[in-house]
Amino acid sequence: MKLAIRLKKRVNRSWQVDIMLILLLGVFGAFMAVPLIYVINNAFKPLDELFIFPPTLFVRNATFDNFTDLFKVMKNSWVPFSRYIFNTFFITAAGTAGHILLASAAAYPLAKHKFRGHKVLFTVIVLSLMFSPHVTAIPNYMIMSVLGWIDSYQAVVIPAFAYPLGLYLMKQFMEQIPDALLEAAKIDGASEYRIFWQVVMPLVKPAWLTLLILMMQMLWGTDGGSFIYSEQLKTMHYAMGQIVQGGIARAGVGAAVAVIMMTVPIVTFVLSQSNVIQTMASSGMKD
Amino acid sequence: MQKTKIAAEIMMQPKGRSAGLQGKWELFVKDMKRDRHSYVLLAPYVLLFLLFTVFPVVISIFFSFTHFNMLEPPHWIGWENYSKLLWNDDVFLIGLKNTMIFAVITGPVSYIACFVFAWLINELNSKVRAFMTLVFFAPSISGNVFFIWQIIFSGDSYGIMNGFLMKIGIIYEPILWLQNPQYMLTIIIIVQLWLSLGTSFLAFIAGLQTVDRTLYEAGAVDGIKNRWQELWFITLPSMRPQLMFGAVIQITSSLAVADVAMALAGFPSVQYGAHTVVTHLVDYGTIRFEMGYASAIATVLFILMLGSNLVVQKLLKRVGE
Repeated sequence: MKLAIRLKKRVNRSWQVDIMLILLLGVFGAFMAVPLIYVINNAFKPLDELFIFPPTLFVRNATFDNFTDLFKVMKNSWVPFSRYIFNTFFITAAGTAGHILLASAAAYPLAKHKFRGHKVLFTVIVLSLMFSPHVTAIPNYMIMSVLGWIDSYQAVVIPAFAYPLGLYLMKQFMEQIPDALLEAAKIDGASEYRIFWQVVMPLVKPAWLTLLILMMQMLWGTDGGSFIYSEQLKTMHYAMGQIVQGGIARAGVGAAVAVIMMTVPIVTFVLSQSNVIQTMASSGMKD
Repeated sequence: MQKTKIAAEIMMQPKGRSAGLQGKWELFVKDMKRDRHSYVLLAPYVLLFLLFTVFPVVISIFFSFTHFNMLEPPHWIGWENYSKLLWNDDVFLIGLKNTMIFAVITGPVSYIACFVFAWLINELNSKVRAFMTLVFFAPSISGNVFFIWQIIFSGDSYGIMNGFLMKIGIIYEPILWLQNPQYMLTIIIIVQLWLSLGTSFLAFIAGLQTVDRTLYEAGAVDGIKNRWQELWFITLPSMRPQLMFGAVIQITSSLAVADVAMALAGFPSVQYGAHTVVTHLVDYGTIRFEMGYASAIATVLFILMLGSNLVVQKLLKRVGE
């Protein structure tokens, strides 16, 4: 049956257009991939290869010099490079964990209960997807200074808990959970909190991974913005910026940092891709 | 019959209104009690959301009508910030113009690209599909490694672009790509597009996979001749919810160009060639500390983003109707 549908669909296609579309995909795929391939190769190029004219895309004699140099360079700076790595990991992990927990807790009643104010609340959440955090950056700076959070991890981590996109996606995903399941748990005498924790949360695992990817997009690349001043609290992205500012002499080291930065989110995405796509299927905006 | 009704009305009359109010109040309390668990679950998120998203928008609008530098208390100056912004601040107008250029190009192009590539990828078999999804999504998740483009468009002959063009003999001297306002905007647009296949791209891929297969079969029976008709009459209408979600994400990010511009063209850029509303905001808010004026810029940005999103949502609702 499935094959029949497939075949019927194929009837409509001309192979000329097929080839054109695959070419299109190939050309733009290359456009997306080449810069990343280039930087990965640069990270393994010895010094003389980095500065040949004309520049080459692929490395010939790969070395790990750039990575060892990186740790050498960073040992002489104020804080060791491992500290930047720790900060980035810590901010991402803490922000993501808190966000997944709080956003799921809020998404459950929004998706499944018709309490007073649920429509207003959800409308406000959707509206808040319609402007970027730049709009609130200045008042947030004032709020942080009133709270005394300037120059601390929590200035970056705590606001991330209440990022609207995660709640939105989680709520849309939770709507698919059959009500009968929740009713059955209720009849068995489970409290709302237990239903949330033991029935709903395990069912929305794909959405956790999606929120993880989104938070990673936001927090992994953060440089601490205007909230963090102390060198020992700065992130890897900030360190990378400093190294790249160092100019040509640091080109190889800069590429090495970029590779370290890229690896974690890309590996995470590869491992969670099918779950993320499953969650995104319910991302649509119904009226 | 008539009598009892009148009697009932008379009995109700003395405390009719207060009874109604009281009834409403009781209902309210009852509802609150019934849903108390919902409110408890919502509370932590909602409190933080109010504190870091809703409240900031409100105070930003308030401060936009004041003069405020964080040292002296704010004082009310009415529309002065706005009139200065729109009539006396040439740099803001340059920023606004660049923002519009970025938005008008990167917004629609990235939106269409997200859809077209998702659509093409969806035709492939599942292993290739997973790989191509990664290829297209990788730049946007790679943690701001867009500085690579700084090396590609580096102004000396070691930059890939200069090296390549000199090698094939199109130019004889390296071009200062990122210092020349003539090229700056184009390069930032290219990099912005490179980064733009993010959340909406994934939403579209997912949406395409959920389109009901039997619709295509039915369509073929109903006389759909080729893939373009299939796309227009079946795929697009079935994906409307995802298309609307994607539009919000792409519009918002296309109006918020700043990080890429600041990283590549410098801040401030030569002749303000890559200045945008957001970099103007950064300038006044985090360097000059003119918070009142910066709040006015933020409010303009807020209206710009919300306005264009709401208009586009209205338009998209009509697709396929």
